[in-house]
Amino acid sequence: MERRKFVKKATLSSFAAILGADIVFGNTLPVDYALLAFQDPDPFQLFNKDKEMVVLNNKPWNMEAQAHLLDDKVTPNKFMFIRNNGIIPENIAAEKWKISFDGESVKTKKTYALDELKAKFKQYTYQLTLECGGNGRSEFNPPAKGNQWTIGAVSSAEWTGVRLRDVLADVGVKEDAVYIGYHAADTHLSNDPNKEAISRGVPIAKAMQEETLLAFQMNGKDIPLAHGYPLRLVAGGWPASASGKWIERISVRNKVHDGAKMTGTAYRVPCKPVAPGTIVKDANMCIIESMPVKSLVTFPKTGALLKKGKTLGIRGHAWAGELEVVKVDYSIDFGSSWKACSLEAAANRLAWQHFGASIQFPKEGYYEIWVRATDSQGISQPMILPGWNPKGYLNNACHRIAVKVRS
Amino acid sequence: MNRNDQFKESAKQLYKLVKAICIVFGIIALFLIYLLVDPNFSAFRTTNDSEEYTAVAEEQSDDYDKIENGIHVRTGFVKGNGLMLVVNNCTNCHSAKLVTQNRMSKEGWESTIKWMQETQNLWDLGVNEETIVNYLATYYAPEAKGRRQNLNAVEWYELEQ
Repeated sequence: MERRKFVKKATLSSFAAILGADIVFGNTLPVDYALLAFQDPDPFQLFNKDKEMVVLNNKPWNMEAQAHLLDDKVTPNKFMFIRNNGIIPENIAAEKWKISFDGESVKTKKTYALDELKAKFKQYTYQLTLECGGNGRSEFNPPAKGNQWTIGAVSSAEWTGVRLRDVLADVGVKEDAVYIGYHAADTHLSNDPNKEAISRGVPIAKAMQEETLLAFQMNGKDIPLAHGYPLRLVAGGWPASASGKWIERISVRNKVHDGAKMTGTAYRVPCKPVAPGTIVKDANMCIIESMPVKSLVTFPKTGALLKKGKTLGIRGHAWAGELEVVKVDYSIDFGSSWKACSLEAAANRLAWQHFGASIQFPKEGYYEIWVRATDSQGISQPMILPGWNPKGYLNNACHRIAVKVRS
Repeated sequence: MNRNDQFKESAKQLYKLVKAICIVFGIIALFLIYLLVDPNFSAFRTTNDSEEYTAVAEEQSDDYDKIENGIHVRTGFVKGNGLMLVVNNCTNCHSAKLVTQNRMSKEGWESTIKWMQETQNLWDLGVNEETIVNYLATYYAPEAKGRRQNLNAVEWYELEQ
């Protein structure tokens, strides 16, 4: 980000230098075009992302993984999706970073320096699954507005930080507290300083969970810039938008938080199911809380050509928001018959679980491998699209990969 | 004072005047040139308004209006009536990709514009709104996808087993 300033100053000073010679040179400004063009940043380099990641939007930055990139048990940064609502803050000084607590339901307003937060409260590490509420939006019919995520807006990294509940206990929260809402340093796309790009939050019960962190590390290192450096709220199992990045302030509210993208249709679905294409009034839209049960085949990559008679090992992850996944099945006959996959316990609550299976195919031909996870309340993934909703959230239809068996 | 001295004095005054005029014009010229390079005086501000600066770079590009195979190269928009209106009104805050990846009916695009005007600081599009909406509804119209599509665009590869 400093580079842009440098380029600008360099442009100006070089201009000043030639100015003494001849003012006519002022017209040759486009000569600097090559220099300026270099401002179009390479997002893969900028954010340390794998080249196979898919850019959906470059202002704001939105980037998703493909299924086979998510094969790691713990998602590394290079395969982690980016969903930004505003402009990433620049020139962050972590040593000067502060977080303040205010709102109707704090006993007193309080501010902590980031270093103070780290020193004063016990630190915890959890693997937490974060999935964008709109993951899978691209499949809805009629189409839903927004970034057209396919399947790759999900990650499960290890987050280290202090428990929000410990900090809230130190701040002092009144009995009438209902919700917490975050405020962050990213700026609105319109550059309007009076507008927040996003200011969401969670009910107080979710804020008080052991796994809800004010995190400053991801996978054992400082959180990467695009993911909220230097401080991020992490509320696993909920739409990832509840896990605010670049957090500067938390408001403890005596009502449901009404910040940007908490109201209207944002991160909401119809309170009662509707037919596809229905126009739903804002008043009939309800806030998404825990994400639904879902799974992803991360090996093999779709499109595998297999030799007849060989066994295919598949593997992947399954998650269920606040709940545990109790069963994962696979089908190679379009759902006519199902067989059980092996399933591991989660590293901790709100982390995804790993499944695997060895598959034999009866004869040559085209197959689709479908995988279906079931949560601890007996709810499974649908095979076709789940209930249509105006903004295209919560598509947890089973993941499918294509394979061909040949002689 | 003889005539020679008088002439010298006049010449000196004239020289001073010319010099002053030169300096004034020089300063104005410098200022104007600076304005060319940095119309927002952002070099004097601590906040970095890189977005406006990027726009300057783009406007100087030779490829600004270039269209190849029916696609506006710089933005990825489809060539059509109203293209530049869409480019100029719809890519200031967000990238063109946010538009081109979406599919909406006329009513859908209209309500999206209304939502952006009510909540996201989009300006009144005035008489251009109809052309913009028609462009979007023509080239970015929804296609029926059914309840689940075939697995398309599969890249086949030999899996080592």
